Amino acid sequence: MIALGQFLEVLIGGLMSGVLYSLVALGFVLIFKASGVFNFAQGAMVLLAGLALVRALDLLVANGFPLWVAIVLGIAFAAAIMATTAWLIERFVIGPLVNQDGLTLFMSTIGVTFVIEGAAEMIFGSDVYPLRLFPTDAWFVLEDVFPGGILVNKLDVWGALIAGILVAGLAIFFQRTKTGRALRAVADDHLAAHSVGIPIGWIWFVVWLAAGLVALVAATVWGTKLGVQFSITFLALKALPVLIIGGLTSIPGAIAGGLIVGAGEKIAEVYLGPSIGGGIEYWFAYVLALAVLLVRPQGLFGERIIERV
Amino acid sequence: MPRIARNALILAAVVSGAVVSAPAAAQNEQFIPILSYRTGPYAVNGAPYANGVADYYNLVNERDGGINGVKILVEECETGYATDKGVECYERLKSKGPTGAAFINPLSTGITFALTEKTATDKIPIITMGYGRADSKNGAVFPYNFPLLGTYWSAADIAIQHVAKELGGFDKLKGKKISLLYHDSPYGKEPIPMLQVLAQKYGFEFTPTPVTHPGVEQKSQWLAIRQNRPDYVLVWGWGVMNSTAVKEAAAVAYPREKMIGVWWSGAEPDVTPAGDQAIGYKSLMLQHGAGKFPVHADIEKYVYAKGKGSTDSGKVGEVLYNRGVVNAMLGVEAIRKAQEKFGQKPLTGEQVRWGLENLNLSEARIKELGFDGMLKPIKISCSDHEGTRDGRVQQWDGKSWKIISDWYTADEPLIDPLVRDVSGKYAADKKIQPRECSKES
Repeated sequence: MIALGQFLEVLIGGLMSGVLYSLVALGFVLIFKASGVFNFAQGAMVLLAGLALVRALDLLVANGFPLWVAIVLGIAFAAAIMATTAWLIERFVIGPLVNQDGLTLFMSTIGVTFVIEGAAEMIFGSDVYPLRLFPTDAWFVLEDVFPGGILVNKLDVWGALIAGILVAGLAIFFQRTKTGRALRAVADDHLAAHSVGIPIGWIWFVVWLAAGLVALVAATVWGTKLGVQFSITFLALKALPVLIIGGLTSIPGAIAGGLIVGAGEKIAEVYLGPSIGGGIEYWFAYVLALAVLLVRPQGLFGERIIERV
Repeated sequence: MPRIARNALILAAVVSGAVVSAPAAAQNEQFIPILSYRTGPYAVNGAPYANGVADYYNLVNERDGGINGVKILVEECETGYATDKGVECYERLKSKGPTGAAFINPLSTGITFALTEKTATDKIPIITMGYGRADSKNGAVFPYNFPLLGTYWSAADIAIQHVAKELGGFDKLKGKKISLLYHDSPYGKEPIPMLQVLAQKYGFEFTPTPVTHPGVEQKSQWLAIRQNRPDYVLVWGWGVMNSTAVKEAAAVAYPREKMIGVWWSGAEPDVTPAGDQAIGYKSLMLQHGAGKFPVHADIEKYVYAKGKGSTDSGKVGEVLYNRGVVNAMLGVEAIRKAQEKFGQKPLTGEQVRWGLENLNLSEARIKELGFDGMLKPIKISCSDHEGTRDGRVQQWDGKSWKIISDWYTADEPLIDPLVRDVSGKYAADKKIQPRECSKES
């Protein structure tokens, strides 16, 4: 019974961690789905959003604003920063590269990554800034059944709730709104969409803004977990196997991929790790991803790409 | 200097590859490279250390006109705590200045491993104060390595001494469970052989638990710790790994009082992100802790009052800032010592190596330098490149670090056989003929 309780704890903890990875992966999916660009800068955008939020919060609280007002204004400020970033990226990076191939666009986002990281640290500082928007303690459930109970972290539950709301909101946006449908049209074929009057510049601004806002949401959760600091950019690496497994074009796939990666890596680390030296969860996530690639190159939920040759 | 302007300078320096203090080398200047990391995941710990180093060199120039009239010329190079960049920085800077680099201080055990052979060939000392290869204490095999003030094997022994004291004696260690949560890198792995020796001697169960760089995700490690319920967790982390460990410990309700970090896991950035969850967390001290001492008054008077400080004045006196100051002082005093033999002029790395190996700072000299209360006397020799192996334990109370123990001295007779064994294997591997220290003294 103890072993079962421990396994369930690792499984639940892994699933919850996976949802937090999904929060970052959603930003990737959003941009790829709408523009065909693999945005390497998503991790840096999480850092920028988090720094803008926490620095604004600190400043407002220090100047006597009530906490809830500071939170609202801080989020508004961070959203404005992300909107500005989206405009700059569209205007000076992606816009001029319209019609270039995917690799060129991908390379441009690598450049954007370094610029955002450097600018964010230059403007907002490079210390660790604590952010406490959600509770970080734990519940111990089923204590009557399993000795010590099963640990469930409250922050993880908040993360799961937020991810659920995000997915529902994005699904409605893409399926039910005019802008959402335009985004999908642009993703399918830039030129065709442009020829029927869809303003590509505006659409790309909207999609980068949406990805920026998703980054802001991810920053609130990960910032509470780690403190807002440079290491948040490494979350991009945690999101990659999630994307490979879930598929680059599927919002539900980002969630499913996160769950698989989270549970898989945690179970591997706890049960397989000790026998082979430990520290395996980072690369084990990629083992899972490569296994999926072998059988479904487009990911479990991705669209099968069929091209006439 | 306003923060944005300072950060802009740092960014520009990083983009260009170096922070240049004084690019034009005059003939009467002693060149000292500063390998630092002010950006990246370890910047929160690397920057305050680099600030302490830079401010002390500035102090010596501003207050004393240099080391016996020989001005210190520095150039900073950003390594990002990456071994390849560290080697690149070393190669670029080793020959600068009128006599080349006086010594190198990479602030990374990984870079230390990569440079150990190169520095010996180039005859440039590598100072690894409180880090680096523990076996390099043996100067007979490692003439150019100087792990001053304490190796990780000394740290491991001091940590176990403290655990034993809390438990009520070494006999109480038998049957206890002690985990090591370590950064999965040469740094984090370094204490493992010593802890295995200690586990065998005292009969405790030792479990090493690696955390992958940079350490942002530790849930599985802490769930395993919750299941295994160790009596103590030793933390060998750096950067974000430390504060994440404290937070994850709180999440699984592991008592912070039972966590003891190494001296690189016991600074302000390691605990403040965790807020009240960090209360009770302990760490070893590489002798000094936070706080201001007479040397800080000089730094404020001769450096900050002139607007030449490297950081916000409020950060002067933090743990890692102080460590940078101590490290810079030991290097400067080694050069001063070498000048006694080779003359008051810029010296080569080989000459400074002699100064390091003959460094002997008495209590009176430490007081004279303004470090009274931060450091104990240190005496380096051919066979002992560590010099002293004393430490204390501090505990975070939510606002500041409080010293909670008396001094511990690492058990040299216990450590030395391991040092001889491992350094002997290194000498055999590299075909090094160890020096006969008894004939050199």
